[in-house]
Amino acid sequence: MSQGTLTTARAEGALASLSWLVFAFLYAPIVVLAVLSFNENNNVGIWTNFSFKWYGEMFQNAAVMNALKNSLIVAVVSTSVSTVLGTATAVALERFRFRGQRVYDGLVYLPIIIPDVTMAVMMLLFFAQAFRMISGLGPHLNFGLSTISLSHIAFSISFVAVVVRAKLGQLDPALDEAAADLYAGRWMAFRKVTLPLIAPAVAGGALLALTISLDDVVVTSFVAGPGSTTLPVYVFGLVRRGVTPLINAVSVVMLTASMVLVAISLVFQRDRGAKTSTAEE
Amino acid sequence: MIKRMLTLIAVLAVVAASCGGGDDSASAADCGVDEVDGDLNFYNWSEYIDPDLLTAFQDQYGVTVTESFYDSNETMLSQIQGGVSYDLIVPSDYMVAIMIEEGLLIELNKDAIPNFENMDPQFTSQPYDNGAKYSAAYQYGTTGLGVNLAATGEDVPHSWALIFDPELTANFPGGVSVLNDPRETMGAALEYLGYSLNDTNLDHLAEATEVIKKAKANIATFDSDQYDEALVAGEVAVAQGYSGNMIVSIGEADNPDDFIYILPEEGATLWIDNMAVPTNSQSVCTAHTFINFLLDAENGAALTNWNYYGSPNAASVPFLDQEVVDFYADTASAKTEVIESQGDYEINYTDALAEAKS
Amino acid sequence: MPTDVDQVDPAQTVVTPELERDAERAQARRGLLIAAPSWLYLTLFFAIPLVIVFVYSFASRSSTGLTVLENWNLHSYRRLFDPLVAEIAFRSFVLAVATTLICLIASYPLAYYMATRPPRYRNILIILVMIPFWSNFLVRTYAWRVLLGSDGPISQISQALGGEPIRILFTNTAVLIGLVYGFLPFMVLPLFAALDRMDWSLIEAGRDLYANGRRAFLKITLPLSMPGVIAGSILVFIPTLGAYVTPAILGGARTTLLGDYIVSQFLSARNQPFGSALSVAVMSIMLLATVIYFRRGARTL
Repeated sequence: MSQGTLTTARAEGALASLSWLVFAFLYAPIVVLAVLSFNENNNVGIWTNFSFKWYGEMFQNAAVMNALKNSLIVAVVSTSVSTVLGTATAVALERFRFRGQRVYDGLVYLPIIIPDVTMAVMMLLFFAQAFRMISGLGPHLNFGLSTISLSHIAFSISFVAVVVRAKLGQLDPALDEAAADLYAGRWMAFRKVTLPLIAPAVAGGALLALTISLDDVVVTSFVAGPGSTTLPVYVFGLVRRGVTPLINAVSVVMLTASMVLVAISLVFQRDRGAKTSTAEE
Repeated sequence: MIKRMLTLIAVLAVVAASCGGGDDSASAADCGVDEVDGDLNFYNWSEYIDPDLLTAFQDQYGVTVTESFYDSNETMLSQIQGGVSYDLIVPSDYMVAIMIEEGLLIELNKDAIPNFENMDPQFTSQPYDNGAKYSAAYQYGTTGLGVNLAATGEDVPHSWALIFDPELTANFPGGVSVLNDPRETMGAALEYLGYSLNDTNLDHLAEATEVIKKAKANIATFDSDQYDEALVAGEVAVAQGYSGNMIVSIGEADNPDDFIYILPEEGATLWIDNMAVPTNSQSVCTAHTFINFLLDAENGAALTNWNYYGSPNAASVPFLDQEVVDFYADTASAKTEVIESQGDYEINYTDALAEAKS
Repeated sequence: MPTDVDQVDPAQTVVTPELERDAERAQARRGLLIAAPSWLYLTLFFAIPLVIVFVYSFASRSSTGLTVLENWNLHSYRRLFDPLVAEIAFRSFVLAVATTLICLIASYPLAYYMATRPPRYRNILIILVMIPFWSNFLVRTYAWRVLLGSDGPISQISQALGGEPIRILFTNTAVLIGLVYGFLPFMVLPLFAALDRMDWSLIEAGRDLYANGRRAFLKITLPLSMPGVIAGSILVFIPTLGAYVTPAILGGARTTLLGDYIVSQFLSARNQPFGSALSVAVMSIMLLATVIYFRRGARTL
């Protein structure tokens, strides 16, 4: 056994160093990006002087602030809706048999497979046509945050479903059966047994959906409407004039905000953990 | 299942039936000078107008300007074709021609734009919209070469050979950067061979493809975005690119004197962005008033002094920064051409570039 | 592992065929009910729009680049057999395979490490993986340009050691680095989800049984995490196949890739019929491959 422990310890050390190496890889460009946000030069890549100027200008720039706001709204809406729908999709596909399941199964993968420009063009044509038909009936609809969110949900559902499905595929379905007997109800069984088990996958799917929504340019730029430009679309529009470190500053603020949120949730979690353990005593 | 298929086919039939439409006939708008008829939805490239100008317009006319942004003419075209409603757009030259042909632009009412007389006549007689019936020039620029003299040596030919002659480029540390744009890239190669950039002879295009293939060993990157930074950072020795980005980046370099921007003697691209009003605009008169506002001498100068492109507004010249005036001084005398939309033949430029790179 | 979930427990009292059928029917109804909202959503906001692409692939292009919905033809599909298309597709395929493999190799230890941390740190670690990707895509990629350029840290280290300046920028290596970076979270997340809350007692048992960490891993952990590996490779492979912005910025766009080619058909050439035909072809092949891959993956369990 002692030899076994030794190998494990060594393996553990190797594992840890490999992991931190990957983390270093993930954060290397982020460090560069953050440093460059303090660059006084108009060009992101050419260092001249240290300066806070972009942070000041960022809040003055109404177009950027509006784009950031639009991005966040779309990201929150599309992530929450697609997480629910995507999880339901995964559960239905993995745990039930119903008519038309095969077609559905294929359909779920298509939004991942479709080239983004193809999706962009087809969503634009679709909404344009739908709006024309609806305006014949009376209400006049226009492109905007709603069309962007609807399109983001359409591709995010699939990403959530694939991740959650992988987890469900690994769990023993007999567990559901047993739980159903125990809790006398499918829904309760799902909530008390399956959901906690697939929670990491659901969270992972949601994180993916959020990331994809925050990064999408092509689909968004096609289905946007007046005033609904998102941050990535704005930034891609900048390449014609050169991207300034202002965008780095925006990114740094977003990253810092996310980190702060994570830290706060950590503190809360610890608090709650402490409380429950006291209560149990 | 069959029922579902039938439903789909029915939907399709409707889609097909109504897609052919869009024959709104474009006629001149009935607007008075300084008339506003609603808020303005302005669809523009990112950071292409000084926000202070927008504020000034809003204050003066009591309307709200909502800016939306696009990253390519093609995205903008798709949106307008899709029926998204904007009041004022800024298409480039060739795109104006396409949009006129497709009936997407309204004829401008010059009576509502008295400042139109400030326009340099050169910009009202362009082939894409001769007589400037549908469009008013916004800013212009050229496509040429940025050269790092410290890397190439002081004595360089003013020629596309700087990116296409392998014997020359082989000596350039870091190689060269060429635009990643079918019309611009193939156009430069065509001009290098002595043809027009609007040439539509397939044999000539094949020759141009060969030029790029032979030059490829020393082409470090096909880049339409970051070429100016790559040049100034010393990553490449010569870069093909647009005048506006070049002037800004060279101005901000550690050693600006090492860099020059040249227009090759074989001919360079002159590109012109234009203001135009789409047929489905909801505030046609506000759009006219806005065009008139930007064609004012001082406002036109403010526009150019902010974004450093060329000003088509002749009356604005006295108010321009000297730097901009100097930069565009030789453009008028240089041999330049505007890219014209070539209809079906466009596909061949795209294929030629794909072929040249493979 | 059986994928058919709806077997009625044989231990249950008397199971008449009738009861079984009823149970099955109730089960099917419930499944449909759970699936219904997303079914409807994807039909309305994806399947119906997709029909437009399909129809367009048989249409023709007007001289201004408008799609004309008459003169239905197979021209666009015939063009798919152009050797240029095959070459572009092959190049993209190789790049996607390489990216997927590297992502898998880099992600597995990380996912395993994270999944074996105490629960409280686990959530933090997974979010730490994602946070870099909440920055703007373009400035993130530009930061890589700085890192890989001839003045970047890698080059400077080489020079400090007395070597030549190294420029990784504008090479295939740079493209690979950029793609692996961009798609790493798509591999890490499903892997982590699969490894997290795994039944570790099984692995303990396995370790006792095989008395060897490596064999226990190969015989138990790896097979158990297979659904994660499959999901991850699909989420990396497919988007990489269509990637074009990262290769353009870091690799210098010196070769044409599939995503690039499709975009140029839709945008600069404004040839929607051919762009649509290309998309339909790519989607059909990929869908087939994905479904087969998933089925095979399910069987190996």
